[in-house]
Amino acid sequence: MYRYDEFDASLVKDRVDQFRDQVALRISGEITEDEFKPLRLMNGLYLQLHAYMLRVAIPYGTFDSRQMRMLAHIADKYDKGYGHFTTRQNIQYNWPKLDEVPDILRDLATVEMHAIQTSGNCIRNVTSDQYAGAAKDEIEDPRPWCEMIRQWSSFHPEFSFLPRKFKIAVTGAAHDRAAIQVHDIGATLTHNDNGETGFTIYVGGGLGRTPMLGKKIRDFVPRAELLAYLEAVMRVYNMHGRRDNLYKARIKILVHEIGAEEMIRLVDAEYEDIQKNGALGLPEEEIARILNYFAPPAFEPLDETDTSYAEKLNGDLAFANWAKTNIAEHKAPGYAIVNLSLKPIGDIPGDISAEQMYAVADLAERYSFDEIRATHEQNLTLPHVKQSDLYELWQKLTDQGLATPNIGLASDIIACPGLDYCNLANARSIPLAQEISNRFADLDRQHNVGPLKIKISGCINACGHHHVGHIGILGVDRKGKEYYQISLGGSADENTSVGKILGPSFDEHSITDAVETVVNTYLGLREDGETFLAAVGRVGLEPFKEALYGTD
Amino acid sequence: MALIKNGAFADDTWIDANDNEALTDQATVVSLHRWQSETDVLKSRNAPLGLRLDAGESPEAIADDIDQFDLIKLNFPAFKDGRAYSYARMLRQRYGYTRELRATGNVLRSQLQFMHRVGFDAFEVDERITPEVYAEEVSRLHEVYQPSVDDEHPVFEKRVKK
Amino acid sequence: MAGKSNKTLPPQVLTANQLFDGDVVYWREDGTWAQDLPDAFIFEAGAGIEAALVRAEADVEASKILDPYMFAVSIDEGIIHPSSVRETIRAKGPTVRLDLGKQAA
Ligand code: SF4
Repeated sequence: MYRYDEFDASLVKDRVDQFRDQVALRISGEITEDEFKPLRLMNGLYLQLHAYMLRVAIPYGTFDSRQMRMLAHIADKYDKGYGHFTTRQNIQYNWPKLDEVPDILRDLATVEMHAIQTSGNCIRNVTSDQYAGAAKDEIEDPRPWCEMIRQWSSFHPEFSFLPRKFKIAVTGAAHDRAAIQVHDIGATLTHNDNGETGFTIYVGGGLGRTPMLGKKIRDFVPRAELLAYLEAVMRVYNMHGRRDNLYKARIKILVHEIGAEEMIRLVDAEYEDIQKNGALGLPEEEIARILNYFAPPAFEPLDETDTSYAEKLNGDLAFANWAKTNIAEHKAPGYAIVNLSLKPIGDIPGDISAEQMYAVADLAERYSFDEIRATHEQNLTLPHVKQSDLYELWQKLTDQGLATPNIGLASDIIACPGLDYCNLANARSIPLAQEISNRFADLDRQHNVGPLKIKISGCINACGHHHVGHIGILGVDRKGKEYYQISLGGSADENTSVGKILGPSFDEHSITDAVETVVNTYLGLREDGETFLAAVGRVGLEPFKEALYGTD
Repeated sequence: MALIKNGAFADDTWIDANDNEALTDQATVVSLHRWQSETDVLKSRNAPLGLRLDAGESPEAIADDIDQFDLIKLNFPAFKDGRAYSYARMLRQRYGYTRELRATGNVLRSQLQFMHRVGFDAFEVDERITPEVYAEEVSRLHEVYQPSVDDEHPVFEKRVKK
Repeated sequence: MAGKSNKTLPPQVLTANQLFDGDVVYWREDGTWAQDLPDAFIFEAGAGIEAALVRAEADVEASKILDPYMFAVSIDEGIIHPSSVRETIRAKGPTVRLDLGKQAA
């Protein structure tokens, strides 16, 4: 993991002091809300329905026990004893008081954390593969590059007042777990024919009102040139992105309007110029320094499969069920990646109590080389666990309510905060997630249904990624009442696609039945071993429309 | 409105001319439109010339005429409109402009350091921003992560030197 | 409709969020802000709205509150019911955490 040196620490400290002054100016009335709002947003502080909300960055989703304990401490001391993990690998607190936020930021800084650029029209927290550094299918760990991007994009003097927010995702594995094609910039780590490391760049992806997939604009950017190239993209966007219409301000609209060809031409021209004048090539020493922080932990030399683990799998059905969905293959023999479900049946997706946070911190220290990951599916991951420890770990997770065996199944639902908290919402997301989860509580039924990603957003901003849900649900407002629109066939992996809307929306009392009808329709028509997503791909929407709306 | 230049209050000796106004022999700032339509006249004039660029008017348009101007003013129609940050940096870095580069419009104290970093050396500000406030804000962050056009060394350079 | 009565308008309530903690507040007849919806002043048929909004704007400038606006309610046996789910949730707290927000007090 990356550790701050005195320079990083100095910057975060300056930022805390700056925000403390800004809050004081606001409270004394010296600056207006219009002037203050962009300042608080640059520090992740929103005004929600009931209170402020503070979004704390977990850069590329990687953190450790010390940091997790601090998150728990903040939940207890300044908030209401819990936090909410988001689809952007961040954590949110729902009840901070304005004058205490500088203290929260000061406390966070003691463990090298902050809320910098977690909102506002700037480059946001860079996201990545939650299995980075552990996944079996990984080419190289993407996190060193995420860290370089984090530093470069923090307090960037030229790109802090962009037309709109800007999200960058980086992945280093064949299987895309970072949804890079639905980001403003997606970078895939790759090797060229000479075995050199570089990045394939996609630009202009995004969800929201106009979902679009990123276009590939460069096959290979050499690794030392990554920041120079990103700077070129940013400058094109900063100068040419639309500022006349909030809904057309994302880079995806620019790329769509001028076309990928023209985008490439503009970016290449900037890139060439930056290479000439900009001096943004990172020195090899600095690259080496940062790479070094992400060297793999000292894995013990172990057999591919641990015998005690195999025995437990045979002997304990509950354990075997958990292992089936919540464990992923690790690149080191004898190790496993463990997913902690934050989706207990009928509970709030992504919420975690301070007590659970403390417990996860202890478990990470004991079993996972002190590493924790936040996933964009609102779960947590312990990336490096010995197979021989899995049974014991599972028992402890069970005690904490963190071992629901449902990763990737129907009850592993993504849901944004929705109208229970969010100022922009049309409808609630969480109660619907709870109801669907309860409906599919039976584990045999979930296994029978197989891999199914249900994603719920409370409005078109799509924080719940509904466009890329196998079943996507969008909250809409009809005269102050909540309605829900279903789309099918979305996906956010290496075969990214945007789901298609089924038809008229459902009210809060009939939406869960409608989801169940969709699932049952799939069960009735699937061919041998065919997943929900594959079945929708094969048969299209018609059978589902018919089941829901009848024939006319 | 006050003018802060290189960190101190300064008198504004420039006249902002609109497009129809007859020009005097005083130092005068004209719009891009006027520059483009009266280039020859303005070039032959014997007094300091300044240029106003609004957001949306890239300095690319005057790339070959940089030496004609003793002052370039970049306007921020709203503090959220960040285009002029790129313009400033391009003027300094790409086109080699070395004279006064002034920020006008909606200039907030919290933005002064970023503006300074991309090459502004003069600021038209409201009465809340004094040279003391300016001094405090412009050195808010003691380290920087990226190279720009100011004299700051980004931390990756400092690290390598250590 | 400034200040004049308009029979077709539903009753309304003036709300905002407090600056220092973001808490939801409601306008009282005396121009102070109440924490709870039952204490809110009810604007009947549009009367007095404009003057109240002017006074609320002064409280915005005095850095007491944020984003004041009116919303429609209905009155049933003296109890104020917001017309939208959004305002119902603002008046009570998250529907998924009955232990939090105003409803918890
Ligand atoms: S999708 Fe809409 S309702 Fe949900 S959190 Fe985002 S902005 Fe709020």
